[in-house]
Amino acid sequence: MNASPASRRRIPAAYILAAWLAGILALALAFFYFFGGWTLSEPADLTICNGDEPQTLDPAIITGQLEGRLALALFEGLTTRNAKGDIVPGMAESWQISPDGLTYTFHLRSDAKWSNGMPLTAYDFLNSWERTLNPATASQYAYQLYYLVNGEAYGTGKLKDFSQVGVKAPDARTLIVTLTHPTAFFLELTSFQTLCPVYLPGIEKYGNNWMKPPNLVSNGPYCLKVWRLNDYILLEANPYYWRKVAFQRIKVLPTSNATTCLNLFSSGKLDLILDKNSVPASLVDKLREKPYFHANPFGGTAFVRYNVKRKPFDDLRVRKALALAIDKEDIVRKITRAGEPVAETLVPPGNKDYIPPLGPKYNPEEARKLLAEAGYPGGKGFPNVQMLYAKRSTPEQVAIELQALWQQELGITSITLRGQEWKVYLNTQSLIDFDLCLSAWVGDYNDPQTFLDMFVTDGGNNLTGWSNPTYDHLLDQSQAIPDPAQRMKLLQEMETILVDQDMPIVPLYYYVGISLYRNEKVAGFEPNFVDDHRWGVLYPPEKKP
Amino acid sequence: MTTLILRRLILAIPTLFIVVSLTFLLMRWAPGNPFSNERKIPPEILAELEKQYDLNGTVTSQYLRYMGKLVHGDLSISTQYRNRTVNDILAQALPVSVLLGGLAYLLALLIGIPLGAYAAVRQDQKADRLAMLAALLGLSVPSFVLAPLLVMLFGVKLHWLPVAGWGSPDQIILPVFCLAIPFAAAIARLTRGSLLDVLNLDFIRTARAKGLPEDEVLYRHALKIAILPLISYSGPALAGILTGSLVIETLFDIPGIGRFFINSVLNRDPMMSAGVVLVFSAFLLFMNLVSDVLISLLDRRVKIE
Repeated sequence: MNASPASRRRIPAAYILAAWLAGILALALAFFYFFGGWTLSEPADLTICNGDEPQTLDPAIITGQLEGRLALALFEGLTTRNAKGDIVPGMAESWQISPDGLTYTFHLRSDAKWSNGMPLTAYDFLNSWERTLNPATASQYAYQLYYLVNGEAYGTGKLKDFSQVGVKAPDARTLIVTLTHPTAFFLELTSFQTLCPVYLPGIEKYGNNWMKPPNLVSNGPYCLKVWRLNDYILLEANPYYWRKVAFQRIKVLPTSNATTCLNLFSSGKLDLILDKNSVPASLVDKLREKPYFHANPFGGTAFVRYNVKRKPFDDLRVRKALALAIDKEDIVRKITRAGEPVAETLVPPGNKDYIPPLGPKYNPEEARKLLAEAGYPGGKGFPNVQMLYAKRSTPEQVAIELQALWQQELGITSITLRGQEWKVYLNTQSLIDFDLCLSAWVGDYNDPQTFLDMFVTDGGNNLTGWSNPTYDHLLDQSQAIPDPAQRMKLLQEMETILVDQDMPIVPLYYYVGISLYRNEKVAGFEPNFVDDHRWGVLYPPEKKP
Repeated sequence: MTTLILRRLILAIPTLFIVVSLTFLLMRWAPGNPFSNERKIPPEILAELEKQYDLNGTVTSQYLRYMGKLVHGDLSISTQYRNRTVNDILAQALPVSVLLGGLAYLLALLIGIPLGAYAAVRQDQKADRLAMLAALLGLSVPSFVLAPLLVMLFGVKLHWLPVAGWGSPDQIILPVFCLAIPFAAAIARLTRGSLLDVLNLDFIRTARAKGLPEDEVLYRHALKIAILPLISYSGPALAGILTGSLVIETLFDIPGIGRFFINSVLNRDPMMSAGVVLVFSAFLLFMNLVSDVLISLLDRRVKIE
């Protein structure tokens, strides 16, 4: 207080401020380093964008694709897939199938081990499958084991004795599986995460924390080193895996924003983008010309569901009229833009044994005629109907386009749009509380059945109210036939009923997967039907195995 | 004073109770199920899931069980991130948001106060107009426009700074800056306005009349009073900035808690929603209390009741 104003003014305020700022900054950075989880840089051979934070890494619980990709890097089933997506030996080095197609005998590798060095045995599979089927686990994909004798009874809690389920381990290296039907795609199922083994001693020891590093013991090509929520996951090559993998350390980012993904990729911080959702839709046209842009069709279909229990869609002529009036080319050209093939059938192309039927083609002339016959000439008197869709960018644009197409071609002006937030949409769809609904389905394995069995009478995923006894009967028949060619013919008959005869749905287009990677950095990434690219088979081009 | 603070802290408990109750109940009453996905869940599996996550029975009984756990500090398990407790998630994500927001607010003060003071001193001159135009821009350009522009320039074009991520000091610069700008702008406007008011007061005229240098008048007398409205603004502002930002965290891929405010609702994750709302409300109540106490300490005219 007594200092003279002159001496006060000489205090260099700017310097004090600068020193104070520098001090605070240094403190903050130190704080970040110790408490903010900063690891400076975690070196990795390969950095992958996986699209979002995984909900879980428990193979029995997983339902989503992004979780599945991680789980299949950590775990391996009896079979696995090569780069092309073909089924090849995994934990089982060989197997025999009985002539009736009902009994599978798997022989496990003698060097099969867990990532902690413990031997992996047939009992591990037996116990893990018991865990997956056990109602207390609440696995939504447990139905993949319903193909086993008594699998469904055990899974729904009707049967309490697991020894009656069709899986046995006579010794540590043999697993015998008995099925209720000759299931042509069973070896595909054994490569899926739901049927992968988990390390039960770890689950017993750590409870809910068993899948956090360093507790997680895995048996696949990689083990889990770091898992930081919404930050990153670090995988390291499993030293006990039976094969050498090319990339030793993989960093997995949960980046969900497409623009951020592309920025990271452009600045060289990211080597592989796996998901169409991780690529900005508005830039697809431009990106398509780049050498690092890769598009591959896979087994998914977008389609329209009719509620056949409600007017006017209880009338086949109306369903057909609306189907014929859709210019699907227009939708894929204007909206989806990644080169999606237009769909005439529900089952996407890609299974070499299956010949799909021919569906109805774009024919507005015929559509107008049918609509007039049904009592709505030029769309006059057409009841008010609502089209349900999930409020996301592509479905919304498709819904608007369909509304416009039907107005333009058929004169129908009474279709209103009802976009709902994802979880609400799922709820409304499952209650069949709609007139029209934009839906999609992605196959779990490469077989037409993963699409066609949806539409059996009262099937949990039918959701159209449609029922046809012939269709149901054909499915039963197809499941009982051991001859694959005969079975495919029956499936084709089923699909003819679905997409050409009764038409409770209108297929719109098949999905195309988009991935971004530079050819000089990543190889072993080939298109396949189930869009299943195992990280363990990727390699840098100079290290071709 | 101490009793008053204690009383405010005690009053915070029923407030938090009501906020959490409303969040939990609204989440359970809203249409949509936390477990639903494209493939329909068999009813027996859904029942088991609901049992595991303590979401079975009537909404009232779920609520009572949830509150029972909450009293013991257990925020339950997230339905979205299975096998992770909400406590676990908050423990990992909250420090990130707090540190990021804290730095951003510090930067906002360092930009805002000098800018506002500078503009006030040069009231209605060119410099004032320019500074206030900058503040207006800072306030009105939303972060989802500013952030991508800066990333484009400094990350993609110039390669000076990383485009996103978390883990090294250079990754923090852009998000802190983007987060700070709107607050800096608001602080600048607030400082200017309040400083102008103060500079017209009698005691400032007296100080000048006594021959005190202008710097002294400004820094020692005027700014000290002018800062008061800034303190009441800082309470709620800090609560907001410290609990993260959906846009900044998503664009820069930062593992904070900001994204959970929206995502937990979209995922119908009742425990996560209630958890983040609880954290935000607690911050808000606490920061308001702190700013009230500070004001009453600095300004003799104000007494907190």
